Amino acid sequence: MTEPLLEVKNLKTYFHSSAGQVRAVDGSSFYIHEGETLGLVGESGCGKSVSALSVMRLIPNPPGRIEDGEVIFEGRDLLQLTEAEMREVRGSKIGMIFQEPMTSLNPVLTIGRQLTETLELHLKMTKQIANRRAAELLDMVGIADPEQRLKDHPHQLSGGQRQRVMIAIAMSCNPKLLIADEATTALDVTIQAQILELMMQLTNELGTGLLIITHNLGVVARYADRVNVMYAGKIRETGPAIDLYRNPKHPYTVGLLNSVPRLDSRSGSRLIPIEGEIPDPANLPTGCAFRPRCQWAVDKCASEDPPLVEAAEGQMTACWEHENVTRTPTGALA
Amino acid sequence: MTLVQEQTPTTATDEESGGPLLEVSDLKVHFPVKRGLIFDRTVGLIKAVDGVSFSIMPGETLGLVGESGSGKTTTGRAILQLVKATSGRVMFEGADLVSLSGNNMRRMRRRLGMVFQDPYGALNPRMTAGDIIGEPLVVHKLYQGRQDLRRQVGELLETVGLNRSMVDRYPHEFSGGQRQRIGVARALAARPSFMVLDEPVSALDVSIQAQIINLLQNLQDEFELSYLFIAHDLSVVRHISDRVAVMYLGKIVEVAQCDELYENPLHPYTKALLSAIPIPDPELDRRRDRIVLEGDIPSPLNPPSGCVFHTRCPVAVEDCPAYVPELREVAPGHWVACIRADGYGQYYTSTAG
Ligand SMILES: Nc1ncnc2c1ncn2[C@@H]1O[C@H](COP(=O)(O)OP(=O)(O)OP(=O)(O)O)[C@@H](O)[C@H]1O
Ligand SMILES: Nc1ncnc2c1ncn2[C@@H]1O[C@H](COP(=O)(O)OP(=O)(O)O)[C@@H](O)[C@H]1O
Ligand SMILES: [Mg+2]
Ligand SMILES: [Mg+2]
Repeated sequence: MTEPLLEVKNLKTYFHSSAGQVRAVDGSSFYIHEGETLGLVGESGCGKSVSALSVMRLIPNPPGRIEDGEVIFEGRDLLQLTEAEMREVRGSKIGMIFQEPMTSLNPVLTIGRQLTETLELHLKMTKQIANRRAAELLDMVGIADPEQRLKDHPHQLSGGQRQRVMIAIAMSCNPKLLIADEATTALDVTIQAQILELMMQLTNELGTGLLIITHNLGVVARYADRVNVMYAGKIRETGPAIDLYRNPKHPYTVGLLNSVPRLDSRSGSRLIPIEGEIPDPANLPTGCAFRPRCQWAVDKCASEDPPLVEAAEGQMTACWEHENVTRTPTGALA
Repeated sequence: MTLVQEQTPTTATDEESGGPLLEVSDLKVHFPVKRGLIFDRTVGLIKAVDGVSFSIMPGETLGLVGESGSGKTTTGRAILQLVKATSGRVMFEGADLVSLSGNNMRRMRRRLGMVFQDPYGALNPRMTAGDIIGEPLVVHKLYQGRQDLRRQVGELLETVGLNRSMVDRYPHEFSGGQRQRIGVARALAARPSFMVLDEPVSALDVSIQAQIINLLQNLQDEFELSYLFIAHDLSVVRHISDRVAVMYLGKIVEVAQCDELYENPLHPYTKALLSAIPIPDPELDRRRDRIVLEGDIPSPLNPPSGCVFHTRCPVAVEDCPAYVPELREVAPGHWVACIRADGYGQYYTSTAG
């Protein structure tokens, strides 16, 4: 197999506050190949955004700091680059789309200016060529009447249109990797479907690697080749999407799949929730952080945090009891 | 039966049971849009709710789904008289809430509960959990002395799965899921028979969502509650609802028994909405047909003519921009507003050549 496009090794990103230290990402390793779509799922606060921001080196410092690890992208460790080199990577090699497009678009600049700025800076285009390219990009992301729209300011667009503009900007320099952090979470379902289909179509055509970050297990099921499941700062399970959904081996993955309402389950059927609450990140349980909510926990789980081990072919799980974990719990929930 | 009742989608089994608890007929809520610095000029009208009819039986849950701005919240608020209806009737326990006097409405209010989406904004941060939950009891004088108030609040806390010892804590000391439990306890306090649940789990994490959904289902069984369950997430709605109504730009476009609507949707908007929602099962989901709608949801200030969905409809024909389709019963208990829907032919003959 060829070298991955992106390889994150043992990433640790911590935040320091008066409440104590938050290990937002605590020893996370993952990779993405060219043209591949990786899904990163987990509930709020588990460290999804911090993972992405660490790759982009956009962690606010203070209070945050990348404590350890490597982020190998196209053969170079991004954590070793100068800020100027990193700006170049962010502008032209890795594109990122965030949940709230209004905060990432500049409200006082026209859509056109925000597009041409990157094109002129990173691709050294002249104003005129950049303008023409900007209109093409808007057309590519499905915005009608692109020449006219270039003159608009962000507030003149709908939420879906703004997200399309964000995709146009992120894709403008033909990045090798696109990171979409809850990019469709704030959108209506029919618009969400439009945007996701658009993102998939563009990345497929251009062979772009795609990291889809979301808490929506359905979105990942529909689009991802492989999936990372995160809980309390760590990847707890990873594997090909089809295998992982068919045969989850980590109790948290099982819990998520049992608690999510499905469009195809009959009316009145009952969900099986995960008991308890998501732990306070500044005060994680000892051993495995999922232990207090886990129906399979044994004594060892309180003292030793299990490493990721191969639980099935291509599927890695961080659970001491993974051999006993099954999707349909047998009497364990009595 | 009067004409109005005939036009109100209900269950097919109405006749045998005692009749609906709540009956909404031709409800309209129009908001004037004002511009101008000195004189407010009305420059337009947002038809947030534009002729909505449905009924809810005792113990029944009606799911109300639709995208942002379709008028779900406004419908719920208009039923509870938290926003003034422009016209229409809301019959509840024998009275028309729209025309009740202030005093009579205040008395009626305790029979009606509401739970809001945002578990952070909905609770007064300066009140303790006990004060928040007890407030409806105080307002409606439903207790005998402080001892009794404290006892009732304690029971309510336990009913929603919280601990009595949490009574003196403030909202910020609770997690999102716990806050939503407090909101549910408060809505339950005055023993309502009907509750509007406006996106009660949308802001919660998946694992916590399931806890609250189960709680709501248990409470319904225990207290024989009727729910209007508002959500944009059709998966959640399927779990909790007996029947589902789909809204688009202020109108109901389809109503049916829950499983019927999901397995046999008739309106092109319902079909698109269902296909847009992925199922968390890659093998199954990747085999499903996908209908991706073109374009944005139109502005409610300037809704399309005829059928409001025709601008995005994949099966629209020449007649659609010209003809406003009424909601009609095309199969027992299955109502749809689309001239292209199976079974609608009996109500519509094309005028186009
Ligand atoms: N007080 C108000 N004044 C003017 N317009 C309003 C008012 N309340 C609601 N609207 C408008 O009425 C329409 C319906 O709003 P509503 O809040 O009922 O939608 P919704 O279906 O609940 O949407 P969401 O899913 O975003 O909660 C929207 O266009 C909204 O902007
Ligand atoms: N700027 C910040 N300052 C302090 N803590 C932060 C900051 N950003 C994130 N965190 C903490 O890091 C953890 C992971 O956050 P995040 O990656 O944003 O979660 P999510 O998975 O929801 O994207 C959380 O506990 C969060 O509170
Ligand atoms: Mg995030
Ligand atoms: Mg609403």
